[in-house]
Amino acid sequence: MPVRKILVLFFHPRFEDSRANKALIKAISTIENVTIRDMYEQYPDFNIDVKQEQKLLLKHDIIVWQHPFFWYNCPPLMKQWIDLVLELGWAYGRNGQNLEGKHIFNVITSGGSLEVYQKTGRNRFTYREFLNSFDQTAYLCHMHYLPPFLVPAAGRLTEEELNIYSENYCKILKVIQQPDFDFTQLQEIVYFNDFKL
Amino acid sequence: MNGSILQNSVIFLGAALICVPIAKRLGIGSVIGYLFGGILIGPFVLGWVGSEGEDIMHAAEFGVVMMLFLIGLELNPQSFWNMRKSILGMGGAQMVFTSLLIFPFLRYFWDFSFNASVAIALSFAMSSTAIVLQTLKEKGLSQTQAGRASFAVLLLQDIAVIPILALLPLLAIGTVNNTKSEHDHPNFISDLDAGYATLVIVGVVLFIYLAGRFLINPFLHFIAKVRMRELFTISALFIVIGVSWLMEQVGISPALGAFMAGVVLANSEFRHELESNVEPFKGVLLGLFFTAVGSTINFDIIFAQPLNIISFVLSIMFIKALVLLVIGQFFRLTPDQDILFALLLAQLGEFAFVLLATARQLNITDAVSSDFLMASVTVSMILSPILLYLNEKFIAPRFGVKESLSLAAMDHIEEENEVIIAGFGHFGSTVGRFLRANGVYATVLDSDSDRVMLLRKMGFKVFYGDATRLDLLVAAGAEKAKVLICAIDDPEKSMELVDIVQKHFPHLKIFMRTKNRYYAYEMLDRGIENVYRETLETSVNLGVDVLHEMGLRKYTLTRKASEFIKHDKESTKKLAKSRHDHDDYILRVKEEIEWQEKLLSEDITFFDFKHDTAWEAPSRQQPSAKAS
Repeated sequence: MPVRKILVLFFHPRFEDSRANKALIKAISTIENVTIRDMYEQYPDFNIDVKQEQKLLLKHDIIVWQHPFFWYNCPPLMKQWIDLVLELGWAYGRNGQNLEGKHIFNVITSGGSLEVYQKTGRNRFTYREFLNSFDQTAYLCHMHYLPPFLVPAAGRLTEEELNIYSENYCKILKVIQQPDFDFTQLQEIVYFNDFKL
Repeated sequence: MNGSILQNSVIFLGAALICVPIAKRLGIGSVIGYLFGGILIGPFVLGWVGSEGEDIMHAAEFGVVMMLFLIGLELNPQSFWNMRKSILGMGGAQMVFTSLLIFPFLRYFWDFSFNASVAIALSFAMSSTAIVLQTLKEKGLSQTQAGRASFAVLLLQDIAVIPILALLPLLAIGTVNNTKSEHDHPNFISDLDAGYATLVIVGVVLFIYLAGRFLINPFLHFIAKVRMRELFTISALFIVIGVSWLMEQVGISPALGAFMAGVVLANSEFRHELESNVEPFKGVLLGLFFTAVGSTINFDIIFAQPLNIISFVLSIMFIKALVLLVIGQFFRLTPDQDILFALLLAQLGEFAFVLLATARQLNITDAVSSDFLMASVTVSMILSPILLYLNEKFIAPRFGVKESLSLAAMDHIEEENEVIIAGFGHFGSTVGRFLRANGVYATVLDSDSDRVMLLRKMGFKVFYGDATRLDLLVAAGAEKAKVLICAIDDPEKSMELVDIVQKHFPHLKIFMRTKNRYYAYEMLDRGIENVYRETLETSVNLGVDVLHEMGLRKYTLTRKASEFIKHDKESTKKLAKSRHDHDDYILRVKEEIEWQEKLLSEDITFFDFKHDTAWEAPSRQQPSAKAS
């Protein structure tokens, strides 16, 4: 079995001003068999080429949604992508089995720290709870939803901290790329951050 | 001479003021209005003008010179060079074959002498530059096949005047021997032999070229710095008159000289200034010329032998039209364009007056036949606009009707369209195609018959003609339509259309293409809300792509672009309102600079208020749900 192909769908309306995402994208851009799509650069007019996007999905085994966590959710272009690309009869529903068996997960940069995203914290729900809709989306499309990778308090990170996050992101992609990687070991984990690399 | 200059001016201008609006209202063009005005004041109707009409006619001929200067200005050397094939091919064929056919007609049917027949045939091959170009411009036909072809033929005729004038004295030798050629303008070419004459002509052409490049332009710069408007007008007149005088001195047609000067100056940055300064003089002189032609018609001759004159003129025009038809066929004009081409150029022209006068002076023709011939020229000039009118009313529509009947078979939408597009050039066609791609069919008005034919073939509902004609608008369903898109190229025409639509079809919502900011103001003044400057979105889009090339992000640029366009539209509306408290006499250039300044200061307020805070709050420490 060959190396798994990874498709990183990256959504940021102001990428030029995001220090954290620049570092993350730069770090993973040299990995082989990883395709990075800068979606706001691709579709500044929100006019998504559905056929093209579906073709790309078919060519990859693991999908990554990388995006900032605006208002506990994804940026609007990503929602647009979900609405248009995951078509009835293609991704879900009768005969909609094109994505069956693929793996998918979110990579999130966020302003708040891990602590405020707790039942007792200011945001009252955990990251994982907020991400339930993506989990269910993946489920409906017959994909395996993997634990999300978090970069919390992204605006306040020091260079070193940011470097560690970038390195870990790279390691995760490289590990799950391996054909013999056993995805069942991720079932017990809430966030990719907790995975022992 | 029975009146002072003032009195004559009042009579001539008055005649024009009365007759031209009537002719325009009747839809038969201004030329015929002037001509009838002239007839009205001439010796045979009211008798207010006598023999001085002829003097005025000769003076007013200068309008033709100015017109050629203006044409030259529109045509830079490159495009002139590109036209060489049509000028030589079509124009040459027209001159040669027309003369060859008219000659035997004169010689054997009308018993003119051999030499007289040659001279008259050559004079009659000429068409009227004044009438034709005026007509083309007025009806917006300059860019059609027939318009371009006519222009090429007319240019060659203007050039051909020179050798013909040189040829006439040779014809005189055979007839009478007492001709010590008494030209009105003894020039020095006539004293030289052919080789030197050619050399002189080449020299003069070269001189005009060099003067235009290295003398006139710097001189105009100097004049512009003085900042006195009338000095510019004086310079413009000086250039045209100076060149003409120079040409006359060496024996070249002044019209041709002025044309060459125009071509040389076509690339000058003062082109528009020269144009706007000479234009009114040209208009007045041409009007005067046509009026004078009308006033000099010798009705005695016409009434003495009406059938003779009419049959003579009609035969000549028939021959000319026939030759043109065949040439048009040969150069693959479409049938209706070919007919238009033939009718446009079938008349005898003002050059015929000049050539016939010279022939008379050289005694090639006698006084009686000269009067007869002069009268014929005038009659044909009057017939010309009438023929065109008949063509427009009865012949041209036939092509339309025939075409659309054959289309009934196609699944062609017959019900009234709710959208009308006036003008289907580059702009209008893009709009129309986009609408059609989304299932909205528009009725199209266009004045280019080739395009009309093509569009009909493609299943569009198209009306052929001038969109400012009320009957055409009614026929196109303006009474029931909801939207009128004005995509006409010519801003003046657009404004005319807007005025008509607002008056007669106030329910129609107008969507207006405008050339630039200046015309956008004009349209906003007229209360039109939907104004689209052709340069706005395109230039902003270009800016977007450049900024992307410089490394900026596309989505950010997309947002910035739409903000900027919104800002620009708002400031245009704002400035349109304050535009009128402005001194009219300021130089146009200066005025435009001032407006640029106002606009740029508007932009500064835009920058001040538009710190981009989208997704990125100014202070990140705030407990915010957003972050990078």
